[in-house]
Amino acid sequence: MNTAPKINDLESVYLRKDLPSFRAGDTVRVHYKIVEGDKERVQVFQGLVIKQHRAGARSTFTVRKVSFSVGVERVFPLYSPRIEKIEIVGQGVVRRARLFYLRELQGKAARLQDKKDA
Amino acid sequence: MNQYPGVLGRKLGSTQVFKADGNVANCAVVEASPCVVVGHRTKEKDGYTAVVLGFGKRKAARTNKPQAGQFKKAGVEPQQHVKEFRLPAEELAKYTIGTVVDLTAVFTEGQIVDVQGRTRGRGFTGVVRRWAFAGGVQTHGTHEYRRHGGSIGTNMTPGRTLPNIKMGGHYGDENWSTLNLKIVKIDTERGLLLIEGGVPGSRNSIVIVRGAVKKMGGKPKA
Repeated sequence: MNTAPKINDLESVYLRKDLPSFRAGDTVRVHYKIVEGDKERVQVFQGLVIKQHRAGARSTFTVRKVSFSVGVERVFPLYSPRIEKIEIVGQGVVRRARLFYLRELQGKAARLQDKKDA
Repeated sequence: MNQYPGVLGRKLGSTQVFKADGNVANCAVVEASPCVVVGHRTKEKDGYTAVVLGFGKRKAARTNKPQAGQFKKAGVEPQQHVKEFRLPAEELAKYTIGTVVDLTAVFTEGQIVDVQGRTRGRGFTGVVRRWAFAGGVQTHGTHEYRRHGGSIGTNMTPGRTLPNIKMGGHYGDENWSTLNLKIVKIDTERGLLLIEGGVPGSRNSIVIVRGAVKKMGGKPKA
């Protein structure tokens, strides 16, 4: 949040109500519009939310996935008009808000318990 | 000399906006309204043409009598900050004394502007921060010589350190113009200008926004 009320007011127009609420530990599918030359297509990025930066209209979230055994992290601006939709695939059981410890873990150790199994 | 129209404003902080293509523009927010016309300077009377703009509330009791008289003559409230803007005579005619400057009449969205302000004071600062010197090597037995600037001159010839050598010292708290910033948005409702890029000064510091002197004649990009 910004300390200047006028800035908060200004930012409020960018806030989107259509996005689901999720938190760190959730697995999400982000449908993100990508412009290639003059064509536009939707790319889906699925992974685990390891961080949320909550800052009003400037909020972002970081999604991590392991692609061909290489860890890939992407930071999305939460209220970006390029985000078409966000699907929540699963909710993990986590005890902290920042899951950076998962970067050090591989394979079975890097899994999270799902909320519905807990 | 910059003779393009401009306004006085207060830097409120920074934010971001999403542009039409979905990219983010990082913006400084400048509150630039109400900026009122306090007076004119004319060729006949003063030898040059300029508009006198005022910005920010000031208590009447805190205004001295000569200044209060000038505000009274213009028919405006006492202003905290008063600044002259040199303008060509035909541009000056658009400013009526006693009125609030309409931001959309001065600027258009997408226009390139210069912003003047006073930078944040950083106190006594070493050469690495103040002049972006590289400093010394951190290892190989370096002893108390990590953030130094190196040599400041030669020995017998000339036998003195030349003037204007970059050294540590007081940094910041100086008048600064950042050139060629872009107005992303004009919010007339709240009286705000959103300017993409780095605007000098701390939050709540006073800035001057004018058409860019080196680009497009301060006019919006075609």
